[in-house]
Amino acid sequence: MLDALTLATGVAALLLAAWCGWAAYRDQPTKDWHFIGMAVVSLLALVQLVVGIVQLARGEKAEQGTTIFVAYLLGAFACIPAAGFMSLAERTRWGSVTVAAGGVVLAVLEVRLYDIWGG
Amino acid sequence: MTAVNDKPARLIGGPGILLVWLYGVMVVGAVSRSVYQIATEFDRAPLAYSLSAVAGVVYGFITYSLVRGGEKARRAALACCAAELAGVLIVGTWTLVDPSAFPDATVWSKYGMGYVFIPVLLPLSALYWLRKAQQRN
Repeated sequence: MLDALTLATGVAALLLAAWCGWAAYRDQPTKDWHFIGMAVVSLLALVQLVVGIVQLARGEKAEQGTTIFVAYLLGAFACIPAAGFMSLAERTRWGSVTVAAGGVVLAVLEVRLYDIWGG
Repeated sequence: MTAVNDKPARLIGGPGILLVWLYGVMVVGAVSRSVYQIATEFDRAPLAYSLSAVAGVVYGFITYSLVRGGEKARRAALACCAAELAGVLIVGTWTLVDPSAFPDATVWSKYGMGYVFIPVLLPLSALYWLRKAQQRN
């Protein structure tokens, strides 16, 4: 369950990065549709956070330690909303680049989460 | 500068916002990592963990300077970016020459390879950006 979510979130993050990268390439700021995309990715990360904590509460262990696992889950959840707010403040192509970078960062976090959980 | 034009120079317009984001990510990465490692296993690699903590503080200061804006903040950020670049190069070389001093990795190990070389690319682009910011004003 958690591994599937990690994969889904990572792929969604990369798609978001490509999409916002495309917007930046065409010299456009982030628009409503991009924010809906960010909401979807953030929702996936939130579900992942909840599922991860539930699994811990059930007594399952993260291979590399509970603290690191929870810290990465929180970081993954905060990543896209933070980049999204920054793109609201910067209504140029550079706002789109920032969200694209946020997507890449989230994808990296998902790879790390997979290792930390011990998939 | 006259009183009318005394508004602090904005450092986060355009590409600056991307720099703030990347620096923000590095702050969270370096600070949380070093806090955790210093709290749980400091004795294993005291040098590496202390260096990570220092890197986190430097990143934090640069992020704050960029957001704050103005000429003073620009100069402070410029100095910190130079220090950061020196840090990456020195620690990066150090980890290659004498790996035994570092039983565990720091943020700056091997020129930041564990962080897709962002630690070495970031100060370079920030230095470029901050110098350009001066010409703009």
